[in-house]
Amino acid sequence: MVPTQYYLVLSAILFGLGVAAFVFRRNVITIFMSIELMLNAVNLSFVAFSQSMPATNAHKLDGQLFVLFVIVVAAAEAAVGLGIIILTARNRQSLNVERVDLLKL
Amino acid sequence: MSAPLIIFFVLAALAVIGAVSLILQKHPIHSALSLIVVMVALAGLYLLMGAEFVAAVQIIVYGGAIMVLFVLVIMLLNAGEEERTDFSKLAKFGGLPLALALTGLLAAAMVRHGSSIPNLETPGALAPTGQLSTLLFTTFVYPFELTSFLILVAIMGALVLAQREKS
Repeated sequence: MVPTQYYLVLSAILFGLGVAAFVFRRNVITIFMSIELMLNAVNLSFVAFSQSMPATNAHKLDGQLFVLFVIVVAAAEAAVGLGIIILTARNRQSLNVERVDLLKL
Repeated sequence: MSAPLIIFFVLAALAVIGAVSLILQKHPIHSALSLIVVMVALAGLYLLMGAEFVAAVQIIVYGGAIMVLFVLVIMLLNAGEEERTDFSKLAKFGGLPLALALTGLLAAAMVRHGSSIPNLETPGALAPTGQLSTLLFTTFVYPFELTSFLILVAIMGALVLAQREKS
């Protein structure tokens, strides 16, 4: 029997690690992967909340459906985002986010 | 210590180690492989909670499709080790305390208010996939149709972005 709290704390830790990766890394692909990590952390708490509801509750499965929608949106985001990454890498010859500074003063 | 608790701690440790390795690895392909470890560990946790359909989708869509896309792009662009700059040192000293503070805040809120949340239903109580699909095609049918439109737009966007300009 695992308390729901444990899952939620794990979700918070994974989200924090995703934020840290987002801040530290300079490679645009790794930054993109850290976004996926944060989405996964949120999914974990969605499922934990959903499964902790009593079986009689009519909205018990809503959280798991939200997870499915999040996964679909993440897949669409990955497709478009990686297309943008390929385009910028082709134009700039670099994957470093600091080299993409056209809008910088 | 009961068996589910041991399984939870093993999978949680695997997920956290994978996430830390994602930060520390210098090469993007190693980061991608660490992220796959995190995703498989999370799928195991979903199974432990009894959300079998979400676990299967996690493995197939995240561990399969999305990560293959990432690895393909890393190989396509021949991404090497990332270069360090002055700004990345600033991120280390400014970003680390802020990320730690955010994690602490979230975890403290979960611990303080989490005790009022009822514990998970009896282990082995699977979330019925049939009910899930019924819900998806009745209550959530409009968001479901919208996601198909979103995927269509994403496919077209990716095609337009990735094609070479003819000149």
